[in-house]
Amino acid sequence: MSLALLLEQVLNGIQLGVMLFLMAAGLTLIFGILNFISLVHGSLYMLGAFFAASVYGWTNDFVVSAVLAVLGTFAVGIVLDVVAFRRLYMRSHLDQVLGTFGLLLFFNDLTLLIWGAEPHFIAMPQFLSGSVPLVAGSRYPIYRLAITGAGLAVAAALYVLIMRVRLGMLIRAAASNRQMLGGLGINVRRLILLVFGLSAAMAGFAGVMTGPLVAVQVGMGDAILITAFVVVVIGGIGSVRGAFLSALLVGLVDTMGRALLPHWLGYSAGPAVASMSIYLLMAVVLLLRPAGLFAAGRA
Amino acid sequence: MTTPKFTLALLALIAAAAVPWLGQPYLTRLATSVLILGIAATSLNIVVGYGGLVSFGHAAFLGIGAYTVGILGLAGLHSGFLGMPAAVAAAALAAFLIGGLSLRATGVFFIMITLAFAQMLYYAVIAAVPIGGDNGLRLDPVTFGSRVSLNQQTSLYYVSLVSLVAALYLCRRLVLSRFGRVLRGIKDNERRMISLGFFAYRYKLAAFVIAGGLGGFAGALFANLDAYASPELIHWTMSGDMLVMLILGGVGTLAGPVLGAAAFQLLQEVISSYTKHWMLFFGPLLLLIVLVSNRGVLGLVFREARRDG
Amino acid sequence: MAEPLLRVAGLTKRFGGLVANNAVGLEIGPGEVHALIGPNGAGKSTLVALVAGELFADAGAIVLSGRDVTNLGAHARARNGIGRSFQITSILGSFSVQENVAIAVQAHRGHSFRFWRAAEREEALNEAASAALRKVGLMSRAAAIAATLSHGEHRLLEIAMALAGEPKLLLLDEPTSGMGPKESRSLTDLFQELRGRYGMLLVEHDMDVVFALADRITVLASGRVIASGTPREIQADAAVRAAYLGDEDVPVERRHA
Repeated sequence: MSLALLLEQVLNGIQLGVMLFLMAAGLTLIFGILNFISLVHGSLYMLGAFFAASVYGWTNDFVVSAVLAVLGTFAVGIVLDVVAFRRLYMRSHLDQVLGTFGLLLFFNDLTLLIWGAEPHFIAMPQFLSGSVPLVAGSRYPIYRLAITGAGLAVAAALYVLIMRVRLGMLIRAAASNRQMLGGLGINVRRLILLVFGLSAAMAGFAGVMTGPLVAVQVGMGDAILITAFVVVVIGGIGSVRGAFLSALLVGLVDTMGRALLPHWLGYSAGPAVASMSIYLLMAVVLLLRPAGLFAAGRA
Repeated sequence: MTTPKFTLALLALIAAAAVPWLGQPYLTRLATSVLILGIAATSLNIVVGYGGLVSFGHAAFLGIGAYTVGILGLAGLHSGFLGMPAAVAAAALAAFLIGGLSLRATGVFFIMITLAFAQMLYYAVIAAVPIGGDNGLRLDPVTFGSRVSLNQQTSLYYVSLVSLVAALYLCRRLVLSRFGRVLRGIKDNERRMISLGFFAYRYKLAAFVIAGGLGGFAGALFANLDAYASPELIHWTMSGDMLVMLILGGVGTLAGPVLGAAAFQLLQEVISSYTKHWMLFFGPLLLLIVLVSNRGVLGLVFREARRDG
Repeated sequence: MAEPLLRVAGLTKRFGGLVANNAVGLEIGPGEVHALIGPNGAGKSTLVALVAGELFADAGAIVLSGRDVTNLGAHARARNGIGRSFQITSILGSFSVQENVAIAVQAHRGHSFRFWRAAEREEALNEAASAALRKVGLMSRAAAIAATLSHGEHRLLEIAMALAGEPKLLLLDEPTSGMGPKESRSLTDLFQELRGRYGMLLVEHDMDVVFALADRITVLASGRVIASGTPREIQADAAVRAAYLGDEDVPVERRHA
């Protein structure tokens, strides 16, 4: 395998990892603070992409589409919290799984109804199309670099938010002791709302960014949801930093696996093992470090 | 069991036994699927209802059971006397491996891990071209001796009915046994049980293996329904559907899973006869059920005794 | 001296920057009632959790009847003779009182991988459970669902479950907490009866109970042992008085009921 191809796959892996991080960070915050398991974030990812596709169809402006789509998924997240999840936070995990599962099914069908079954396409924005030279005469799409950068920017902002700003301190405190926080007069309700909305927006953002690269269609959120779960399991509970490192690891393993394994194992076994690679990774992590690779600290 | 419940169960059994005599193939097939799903849901109930473990990967065991029978069929081995135990054993082994790893985690992690492993199996199966890949595997009929062949609707129906009754009976004995009591105790207060001297992990794993084995049995029956082992049986939404059946019928009761399976199939039939977007209605309905009740819709209706067995 | 029932040496446990237990050591002889007292936050609950096996120490050793159990899990320690009653009631709420204790008996008698016979009807288990219930005075409530019991009855059930396992060492974490004076006294009488037959590590804030029962007392403050000895020695100890000065809830002088 040539160096150029290898480098391209590494960059793709990092890009996938950063997108996975956007999903996983939201999930790990929700698990850590609310002890709430959500199956609906895959739908939010999908809605982000579909919102963007529709707005793009009207405006032909990528940036406007992206912004409105993210705001849209943020709004959906808020609505879900107020209408449904408020009551689910105290319930058993089984109830939460089933409730969010019902919503996942609902959103899949709703999307089918509104947008139909054929894939939609979002064109890459003009100013981000094109490519840059890599090594040995090969080139790499600017767009992929751009969304990796955008994702990293969000990750950095999240880090600053959680570690430095007062809001972040509240989030971290809430992760340790929600009741105590309520006793201090902090509006825990609003904090929860914000956290959930943020997780929804990040999922939507990931969907929007990935949109131009894949076919935007019903069910696109399901696979990435499960992959995000794997990231959270490997990373460890409640740790956003852990989610970041784990997301990069999973992104790289998955991408490199799909690129390299068919070479090494042949074209029948190769793709099969490649699709299982991240789960095998998860199995190994569970064997050696059941609490996750980067557990221990919080956020 | 108290007398009214016993009478009700007996009536249900008689009614069930009569179904093939009505001469309605579509109805018989629907009823057969309910019976088989009832076995599947009962197996999941061991882990979820009595063990308190939310497993979101149970479909994996159904799939393993189905494909075991299918693979044996490819090798020319059609006897149910070999196929069914093999299906159970294969599924139980898989449950041992998956459960062994998954149970090292708790809470939301456990749920995610079981989901992930089932997904891994799904990908493995659809990539495995020799057993049909994503087209699935056609099955030759499973036979028990020269008289009973499971590709005959009536035979499959009665085998499923007898199996379900047997499964329910075994489940009841299991739940009331020393083992079952420990399992329920762990669900109630794991910390307390550990402090009494029970190594919780071992009991949870045993329950997981038993549930997996029984799920494999259901899967093997499933494969005979359309003479076809489908990767869709392993799809994660199938795992979700089984959890839905549990909550529809009432978690942690004996009859609940069967009633839930019936309710699920019925709802699916009814709603999809009106619209192809049945999840549009079912999704919010499910959410509503979850928010409103804890013991399942049918659990509320029948006011089951707290310990039905 | 004969092998002590429990020997704890150099036990240290840290939570992040906080040292909850700092090189704690104590010894309990067979049948000895050993009280563990100290202000809030002294590390008493941590020590109990370490001895029980719910937490693993960062350093130090725990030896039970000559056997090093430092690396054994909580369930294994229970099987080695430790019975536990929790500070915050921890029972099997959905089971009957009788079954709660029967399960405790079952744990002790092994062989729980039985899948066929109905456990609730097993004579031997039920008889042993009834005996434990009679001992603590809960027999009249045997059929009640555990969650419906009063707080005082819950505390008694905790004791019954601990006793049912026929332990060598009882870890009693504030057994009288939340009990009125009459109930406390009746529980103290029960412990008097059990004295000598079981070793007890008794965490208590109620000094009446402590001085009525304890053979020896260990005082913990800020994670360290500041004194250890007979009740008289402890009462006279200046360091102990100093540790309690300013702590409103534990007067060293006896309270009058």
